[in-house]
Amino acid sequence: MRSMGERKLIVLVEINKRLCKDCGYCMHFCPKKILAESKERNSRGYFYPELTDPDACISCGICATVCPEGAIELPPKGED
Amino acid sequence: MAEYMRSHMIADAQSGYCPGCLHALATRLVSDVIEELGQADNSLNVISVGCSALNILYWNGDFLSVAHGRAPAAATGVKRTNPERLVFAYQGDGDLAAIGLAEIMSAANRGENFTVIFANNQTYGMTGGQMAPTTLLGQKTTTTVYGRDAETTGYPMKMCELISTLEAPVFVARYALNSPKGIRDARAGIKKAFEYQLAGKGFTFVELLTNCPTNWKLSPLQTLEYMNTNTIPYFKPGVYKDKEAENV
Amino acid sequence: MGDIKFMKGNEAIAEAAVRAGCRFFAGYPITPQNEIPEYLSWRLPEVGGAYVQGESEIASINMVYGAAAMGARAMTSSSGPGISLKAEGISYLAAAMLPALIVNISRGGPGLGSIQPAQSDYLQATKALGHGGFHAMVFAPNSAQEAADLVYTAWDYAERDRNPVLLLMDGCLGNIMEEVQLPPMREMKDEDLPEWSLTRRNGRDYQGNITPIYTEPILEGINTMAGEMYKAWEEDDVKVEEFMLDDAEYVIVAYGIASRVAKEAVLRLRAEGHKIGLLRPITLFPFPKKQIRDLDYNRVKGIIDIEMTIPAQMREDIELQVKDRCPVYEYGRSGGCLLDDEGVYEAIGEILAGGENNG
Repeated sequence: MRSMGERKLIVLVEINKRLCKDCGYCMHFCPKKILAESKERNSRGYFYPELTDPDACISCGICATVCPEGAIELPPKGED
Repeated sequence: MAEYMRSHMIADAQSGYCPGCLHALATRLVSDVIEELGQADNSLNVISVGCSALNILYWNGDFLSVAHGRAPAAATGVKRTNPERLVFAYQGDGDLAAIGLAEIMSAANRGENFTVIFANNQTYGMTGGQMAPTTLLGQKTTTTVYGRDAETTGYPMKMCELISTLEAPVFVARYALNSPKGIRDARAGIKKAFEYQLAGKGFTFVELLTNCPTNWKLSPLQTLEYMNTNTIPYFKPGVYKDKEAENV
Repeated sequence: MGDIKFMKGNEAIAEAAVRAGCRFFAGYPITPQNEIPEYLSWRLPEVGGAYVQGESEIASINMVYGAAAMGARAMTSSSGPGISLKAEGISYLAAAMLPALIVNISRGGPGLGSIQPAQSDYLQATKALGHGGFHAMVFAPNSAQEAADLVYTAWDYAERDRNPVLLLMDGCLGNIMEEVQLPPMREMKDEDLPEWSLTRRNGRDYQGNITPIYTEPILEGINTMAGEMYKAWEEDDVKVEEFMLDDAEYVIVAYGIASRVAKEAVLRLRAEGHKIGLLRPITLFPFPKKQIRDLDYNRVKGIIDIEMTIPAQMREDIELQVKDRCPVYEYGRSGGCLLDDEGVYEAIGEILAGGENNG
C-alpha cells in the first residue's frame, strides 16, 4: 500500500476473482474503461476483470454496484 | 462506503445463479440493506420456489423455505406470531403472479406488516424458460415458441399497478436492475420498505426487473439492452404508492 | 379444576386447543366445522394469539406452516373438500418436520358431496394426506370430551415427532352438544419454544433455517427416519377402546360416531344373549394392528366393520390383520345419511343370522 502521506489517489477496488462469473457488467459500466478480462481463468473456469490502469481509477464504486456476485469491493478508507 | 462491501448475509462463495443473473444482484441488495439496518439477526427470509429457491444455499440469515406461491401466506404466519422480526418474502414472477396470485393480493389487502421482494424476469427460469404471467408479448419461451400471443395467453401482468389499487399497502415500487442508477434506486427502495416495516406501517412491495440470460438466450450484456428496449417500456419503473409521502 | 361446560364438539376442540397453548389459527369457512374458526376468532386474541381468516384453505395451511416454523402451537380446521386443498401444505409440514394440528370435521364425499356428516375421509387421513408418502398421527374421538382430551395432547405428540397431527371427526360429533370437562390452561413460555424453530424469543443466537427441500441422500435419510417413527408409533402410541371383547364371538370394529351407534347395538344384542363386543380404534394411524391380529380366532367367528361411509374404507386394514381367519363383514351408510340404532341393530342381526347386509 502507498503511505497515507502520498498525494496520489489510493486505488480502492478489490476484485475477488474467486467469486467472478465473467458477466462483463463491471467492464461495461466502468466509466474509465480500465477493467479488462484476465488471461487466466479462476477456479470455476471464468475469466475475471483486472484493473489495467490502477492510477486512473476514481473509486466511483460502479463496478461494485453492478456486480451480481459481490465480487468487487471498495473497502472503507483508512482501513487495511 | 459500506455500500461497496459484500454483506455477510450471503455465503462467501459464488451464488447458484447463472452468470449475469440479476437475481443474484437482487439478493445481494437485500442482504446489503439488512446489514446496513443492523437487522442481520432479526431478519427472516421467506424463500419461495423457482430460481429464488437457490437462496437456500446462499442465504446466511434465518430463512424459511415454503411452497410455490405461498410465501405471503407463510410470512403471515411468521409475522403474526413474531411481529418484532423483519420479515420478507422473496418471490419470482411465476411464483407471485401466477400460482401465488391469491396469496399476494390477499396479504397485500390485509396490510400484513412485511415486505415482498418481487424479482420479475418474465420467465420460469428454474424449470427451463416457460411462459410466465409477465412474459412480454412476442417474447419467445419454451411454451410460446413463436412468441407470446395475446389472443391465447393474454397480456403480461403488471403487479405494481394491481397492488397499488388496494387500500392497505403503504409502499409499492418498481425498479430496473440493468443500470447503476436503477440498482441504486432499488437499494434505496428496499431500504425504505424495510424501514416502513420496522416502524410497523404495513405492507410493502418492491418489484425488481431482472433478466434471464440463459432462457432469454442472450448474453448478460445483451439482456441489459433487451430490458431497455422491451421490458422497461412496458413495466415502467417508479414509485406507485407511498402512503407516508402522501401524508406529508 | 371443575371447569365443566355444555358445548358443541367443535367448540370443545377450539377451547381445548387454546388451553393446550395454541396461539395461531388460520382457516377458511366450510360446513360442518365453522364453529371452530368462529370460536377462535374471538378467543385467540383474548390470550394474545392470532386468528387469520385465510383467502383459501391452501393459504391457511401455509399460514400455519409459517407460524409452526416459529415454534408457535398452530392449527387449522376444515372438512373433506378443504382438507384436499390443504394436502399440499400438510405434505410440506411433514417434509419440513413441523408440528401442527389439522382438524377434519368430515362430511359426505367425494367432491362437494354433502354438508351432512360422513366418515368418508378415512383413506385420505391414514394413507395419503398429501403427496410424497408420509403419514400423520390420526386421532378419531367419539365424543366432545374425548375430542377435547385428544386436542389437549395433540401438540405434545406433534412436537415430539416434529410432524403434523390430524384429528378426524365427523360433522355429527362436531355439532352435537355435550358436557365437557375442560383441561387447565397451559402456560406457554418463550424460553420453552423449540430449539429448532426460527423464533429468536427462545434466546437462539445462531442462524436457523427450515426447508421442505433436500439433497437426495439427506431426503432418503429423512424418509428412512420417518419410516422408523411410524413403526415406533405402532409400538407406543396406539389407542383403542375394547368393549365386551373377553368372550366375544363377533367383534365390531368402528370408530368415531359409528362406534357410539355400534355400542348401543352391542348392549342390545348382549341383552338378547349374543356374544358380541366392540373394538374401537381411537388412533386410526397408527392402526391397532396388534389388537385385531391377536384376537382369539378359535373363538371369534366374524368381524363386523361399521362405518358411516360406503364402501367401507377401514375394511382392508382390518382384513390385513385378520388374514382370512374369520369372515369380515361391513355395514354402513353414506352420502350424509346417518347410521341409526335400528339400522345397525338389524344389519348386525342379519350378519349373525348368517347373511350380510349391504356387504
